[in-house]
Amino acid sequence: MIKKIGLVLITALVLMNCGGGDSEPAKAATPKLSPEGLTQDQIKHGIGPIGSLTLGPQDEALASKGAEVFELKCVACHKVNERLVGPPLAGVTTRRSPAFIMNMILNPDEMVKKHPEVKAMLAEFYVPMTFQNVTEDDARAILEYLRTLKGAEAPEA
Amino acid sequence: MNKTMMRVVGVILVIATFLLISECAKKEKPILGSGDAASAVYVAPGDYDEFYAFTSGGFSGQLGVYGLPSGRLFREIPVFSVDPENGYGFNEETKDMLKTSFGYIPWDDSHHPELSQTDGVTDGRWIFINGNNTPRIARIDLKNFETAEIIEIPNSGGNHGSPFITQNSEYVVASTRFSVPIPQADVPIDSYKENFGGTISFIKVNPDDGHMNIEFQIIVPGYDYDLASGGKGPSHGWAFFTCYNTEQANTLLEVNASKNDKDFIAAVNWKLAEKYLAEGKGKVRPGEHYTNRMNHTTHSAVSTRNKTVVTLDPADCPGLIYYMPTPKSPHGVDVDPSGEYIVGGGKLAAVVSVHSFSKMLKAIEDEKFIGEAGGIPVLDYDATIAGEVTNVGLGPLHTEFDGKGNAYTSAFITSEVVKWKLGTWEVVDRIPTYYSLGHLMIPGGGSMKPWGKYLVGLNKMTKDRYLSTGPELAHAAQLIDISGEKMKLLLDFPTVGEPHYAQGIPADLVHPNTTKIYELEHNEHPYRAVTEKEARVERVGNEVHVYMTTIRTHFKPDNIEGIKVGDVVYFHVTNLEQDWDIPHGFAMQGARNSELLVMPGATNTLRWEPKKVGVFPFYCTDFCSALHQEMQGYVRVSPKGSKLPISFN
Repeated sequence: MIKKIGLVLITALVLMNCGGGDSEPAKAATPKLSPEGLTQDQIKHGIGPIGSLTLGPQDEALASKGAEVFELKCVACHKVNERLVGPPLAGVTTRRSPAFIMNMILNPDEMVKKHPEVKAMLAEFYVPMTFQNVTEDDARAILEYLRTLKGAEAPEA
Repeated sequence: MNKTMMRVVGVILVIATFLLISECAKKEKPILGSGDAASAVYVAPGDYDEFYAFTSGGFSGQLGVYGLPSGRLFREIPVFSVDPENGYGFNEETKDMLKTSFGYIPWDDSHHPELSQTDGVTDGRWIFINGNNTPRIARIDLKNFETAEIIEIPNSGGNHGSPFITQNSEYVVASTRFSVPIPQADVPIDSYKENFGGTISFIKVNPDDGHMNIEFQIIVPGYDYDLASGGKGPSHGWAFFTCYNTEQANTLLEVNASKNDKDFIAAVNWKLAEKYLAEGKGKVRPGEHYTNRMNHTTHSAVSTRNKTVVTLDPADCPGLIYYMPTPKSPHGVDVDPSGEYIVGGGKLAAVVSVHSFSKMLKAIEDEKFIGEAGGIPVLDYDATIAGEVTNVGLGPLHTEFDGKGNAYTSAFITSEVVKWKLGTWEVVDRIPTYYSLGHLMIPGGGSMKPWGKYLVGLNKMTKDRYLSTGPELAHAAQLIDISGEKMKLLLDFPTVGEPHYAQGIPADLVHPNTTKIYELEHNEHPYRAVTEKEARVERVGNEVHVYMTTIRTHFKPDNIEGIKVGDVVYFHVTNLEQDWDIPHGFAMQGARNSELLVMPGATNTLRWEPKKVGVFPFYCTDFCSALHQEMQGYVRVSPKGSKLPISFN
C-alpha cells in the first residue's frame, strides 16, 4: 500500500516536473492511425500542404501550362510509358488521388520518409523523388497535364 | 498514519524530490563558466552553433567558416586561391575572378576578414578580405558563401592594412605595407626616400549590390602602412592607419626600421576627402587594375579592366590627414565601440597607447603640432593621448572589445590575452594562450556592438598542442569564455591555413538567409541546357561544345563520338536538380585542370584537350544517390584528321 503511494508520488512528481510542456494533449478524438502513425486521410491524400482536392472538368489551358513545367522539371526522371529514374506516369491519376500527386510533387522528402506506399516505391526505384522547386500553382498545372495522359481516367475526389 | 508509515512516506518524498531535481538538472543548458568547459562548448548532434566565425586563410588565400562555441569547421571558401575540389579558378566561369594586371594569379595571402555593417552593427550581408601579395580585396556574399567580387588595388605593394570598414559599409580601406614607386618605374632601390610612396585607398561599396570601386587614393609618404580601423559614432567619417618604418629604410628593416621611438597612426578625414573630390581636387593618375564580378544569372565572372584611379594629394587638401605619434612600430589600431578611443598596439613598446578622438579634434583646433612629416602635420603625443596601459605583456599587437567597457589585447611575445578597462587603463585579468598570439576576435568586436561572450585567440605557433603531423602543423585557435570577470580557456581547435584576423557574428543574422539552390528558370548561362531536350554536342572548327545535363542518376548525353585529338572540348554541365544539397560532380579522365562541382540549377564548364586516341570515361564525383556509381559516360577520341562526325546519345 505504502509502496504504491510512493510510486504514484514519484511518478507523478517526475512526470509533472520542469514546468510541463512535454505532456501529450488529451487524445479524446484521436482518429484511427495507420501502423506508421498516419491518418487515413494522409494515407489516401499524402502528407503535405494539399488536403483533399475535388477536380472539375479537364482544363486544357492549365494542362498545356502543366506540360511545359513537366518538360522543364520532371522529364529528366519520368517518362509517360516507361520506367526511367522514376515510374512511368500514364494512368497515375487513376492510381493516386489528386492531392496525393500534388503532395508528392510539393513535399517529396516527407512523403519518402513517412508514407508506407512511397517507402515501398523507394525500395523498388532506389532514387528518392526530389523536390524540383515547383510552386503549388505549377504542381496543380502538372496534375492537370497528368490527367490528359493516355490511361488516365476520370479522377476521384 | 503510524510512525513507521510516516517515516517511509518521508523517505519516499526525499527520493522523489531528489529525482525531480536531477531530472531538471539534466534538461538545463550548461552554464557558461561553471567550470565544465566540455559542456560549455558542446553542441548536441543536430543542434546549431550560436555564432559563425570566419577565419582568414593566411597563406592558403581562402576563408574558413567555423561554428562557435564548438570550433567545428563547416567550409573553406575559395577566394584568392584556386580550389580543385569545386573547380574554382579552374573552370571557365570562375577563371576570370583571379584576373589581375599581372595576368591570372592562382594564389594570394589573405589576412583580414571584415563583415559589412549597418549603423555600426554587423549585418550579415557580406564579408570582405584582403589579398596581401598581389593587392586585392574580395567580397564574399553571405547568402551563398561564394566569392562575389575581387577588385585589384593599384599603386600598392603588400595590401596589408585592409579591408577595414566604415560604420555603414560606405567604404573598405586599403593601405600599402610596402611602399613602391608610384607610378611603377625602373629606379635604384636605394633611391627609396626620393622615389617610393605609399597609398591609402578608399574603396566605395554600393549599398544595394555590394559592388566595389576605388573612389580615391591618398598619396602618402613612403612608410610601411600596417593596419587600419574605421571610426564610429563620434569618429564616424574618419579612419585610422598605423605605420612603421618612418625611418624609410629599404634594407635590414628589423634594425633600420626600429630606430624611432614613435611611428604614427594616420587619421584620415574621409568625409572631407569627399568634399575635396566634389571640388575637383582629385587627380586622375595611372592605376591599372581589374574588377572581377561573379554573376549568378549567367553563373560566370565578368572581368573589367580599369586604367586609372583618382588620387588626392595631402598638400592640396589641408585637414585631410594628420599623424599621431605612437610608440613603437605600432601594429594594430582598433577604435573602441564608443568611437572615442583609438588603441595603438605598440608592437615594440612596453605600453599600449590609447588616443582620444575628442582630444585629437581639440589638438587639431589648437594647432598642437610638433612638425610635419612628408607635408602631413604631426600632432603632439601628449595632446592626443588618453591613457597608456602598462604591464600589458610584451609585443602588444591587437585589441578587441566586449561592449562592457573592457578591452582585450594580444601580447605576442608573452603569449597571452590581457584584459584591461577602458578609461582607467587598469589591467584586470590575463590568460596564457598556446602559443604566440597574433590577432584575437570577439564576435562583432570591431563594430559598435560586440557580443562579448567568447574570444578566439589566433595563435601563430602550435608546437605540442595536437598529435604531431610532422614538420608542418595546423595552426591553433583557442576559445576563451569572457562572460565573467575571469577569462576561462574552453577549447583548443585547429584551423586551416594560417588565420590572421577573424570575424564572428550571431548565426541568426546569416543562417536563415542562405541560398539553397539556383533557380533553373533564371539560368542565363550562354551554354546552359535547362532541359534534357536541349542537351547536345556542337562542333565549331576544332572547338566542341557539349551542352550536358546532369540529374540523379544520369548525364545527357552520356556517349559522345566524333571528338578528335587536337580538339578543344568544353563540357558545359547544367545541374537540373532543384533540391538543396544535391550538387553533381563531373570528372573527365586526362583533364589537366580539375573537376567540376555543379550546384543545383547552375552551369559550369570544364575545358578538356584530348591528347590520346581511345575511349575515355567521365563520371559524377559527388556521391549523389544509390545509383551514383551508374552516373558515367564515355567520349570516343579519334585520330587527328578523322572523318567521324559528331554523334551522341
